[in-house]
Amino acid sequence: MIEIRDLSVTYREKSGVHVAVHDFTLQLNRGDICAVIGPSGCGKSTVLYVLSGIITQYAGSVLINGEPANPKLQRIGLIPQNYGLLEWLSVYGNAVLGLDVMGEDIKSDEPYINHILVKIGLQAYRNKFPGSLSGGQRQRVSIARAFIMRPDILLMDEPFSALDAITREEIQDLFLNTWSENKVSTIFVTHSIEEAVYIGRKIAIMSPAPGRIVKVLDNPLFGRDNLRMIDEYYRFSMELRSMAKEAWSAC
Amino acid sequence: MLRKNALKYAAVLVALLILWQLLSMALKLSFLPPPAKVIVNLFIRFLPEISVHAVYSLWRVFAGIGLSMLFGIPLGLGMGYFPRLDKFLSPVVYFTYPVPKIALLPLVMLIFGLGEFSKILMLTMIIVFHIIVAMRDAALGIPKETFYTLVSLGAGTVKIIKKIVIPASLPGLFTSLRVSLGTALSVLFFTETFGTQHGMGYYIMDAWMRVDYTDMFTGILVLSIIGLLLFILLDVAESTLCRWKTGG
Repeated sequence: MIEIRDLSVTYREKSGVHVAVHDFTLQLNRGDICAVIGPSGCGKSTVLYVLSGIITQYAGSVLINGEPANPKLQRIGLIPQNYGLLEWLSVYGNAVLGLDVMGEDIKSDEPYINHILVKIGLQAYRNKFPGSLSGGQRQRVSIARAFIMRPDILLMDEPFSALDAITREEIQDLFLNTWSENKVSTIFVTHSIEEAVYIGRKIAIMSPAPGRIVKVLDNPLFGRDNLRMIDEYYRFSMELRSMAKEAWSAC
Repeated sequence: MLRKNALKYAAVLVALLILWQLLSMALKLSFLPPPAKVIVNLFIRFLPEISVHAVYSLWRVFAGIGLSMLFGIPLGLGMGYFPRLDKFLSPVVYFTYPVPKIALLPLVMLIFGLGEFSKILMLTMIIVFHIIVAMRDAALGIPKETFYTLVSLGAGTVKIIKKIVIPASLPGLFTSLRVSLGTALSVLFFTETFGTQHGMGYYIMDAWMRVDYTDMFTGILVLSIIGLLLFILLDVAESTLCRWKTGG
């Protein structure tokens, strides 16, 4: 369970103080998946950085399973925008990085690691280095790393935005597929409305900077098969789009 | 690929030898012997005579570069990763780096004597700065996003240094070692002209004094080969340790 209450984050910059997020409140039940949509620069990434312990200076309360967010206390699977791969580790080395850093026995987890690698289509690339992979393949490694560490929460920062349309759809399906096998509480940040409808069970609309949650919706289409084939998907996306437009222009 | 490269290098070597031969024939100077004479001399003299000098020189270069790495890598990486250490040490480096350390040779010999230590210390005093500066810049140049994954995994400083700072800076180390190698051999030559009867520097200067130009050129050739071998050694080490960079 993730509980964020009245979160405010300010950055000190040369030009003055920049309020990235203000009074941000969001609750997420265990095993839920929430897509947060907001315009560029509204502080979406900031919220993820607070949850993953990268930003430690903030006001308000941020609890994961009842404890303050702290990567030393919780297992946090972060999939950053640039995938966060270490170029000097092989695909396998990157995939098991979470276990490695947490000092866990990788050998005994080998069957599960292999299962994920096969599922995500990386088995053939095990010994390659990230430098020789395409964007889609790098993204797969990032997803594999997050699932292999069996995280308490999963945080994704516009992970599909750099991929071409075909690869994006493929990896979105792959992600949903893997996620439904290992239901992890997930916060998924995106600026794409269609993506939010496709992936989020809950959809939260964020205001422009300083970001806060304007509206939270339950996605009636979540989990439907062949979502991209049905009209409701596009109708709901359009509805959401006008809601977002309203929220983003009102501020 | 490798064979193609080897051929290219062999062709350049042959071209250089031909150029040397032509110059030697055209100028007809006593101090420019033809390459064949020098190479024959190398085969005759290397084992009984020159090899000892070569070993001395090699040991000094290795010791000098090794000591420079021993101090330079942790200092440079530390300065790059811990801003406070950088704030404290940067001015020290800034003021001592431009001092031409080679000019301190007489002082170093007065303090530490004429022996091995002075020579290795001279090499270290010069090379260590290259390594400190290169390592600091390499560590500073790591994009901050690179650290996010490890921070989100709860990694502490030691793990971050081991998993990110050191491997990310390794290519920078090899670049600086390549640049340093040329300097190291020049400094080595200079230090070996004082207070020793061993080393390629001594051998070359001694041949010059004896007006034996064939010996002198043989010494220069050996010193060049030592440089080349060290260069190759660096290449091999880099392609082993930075396989991710060199494409594996």
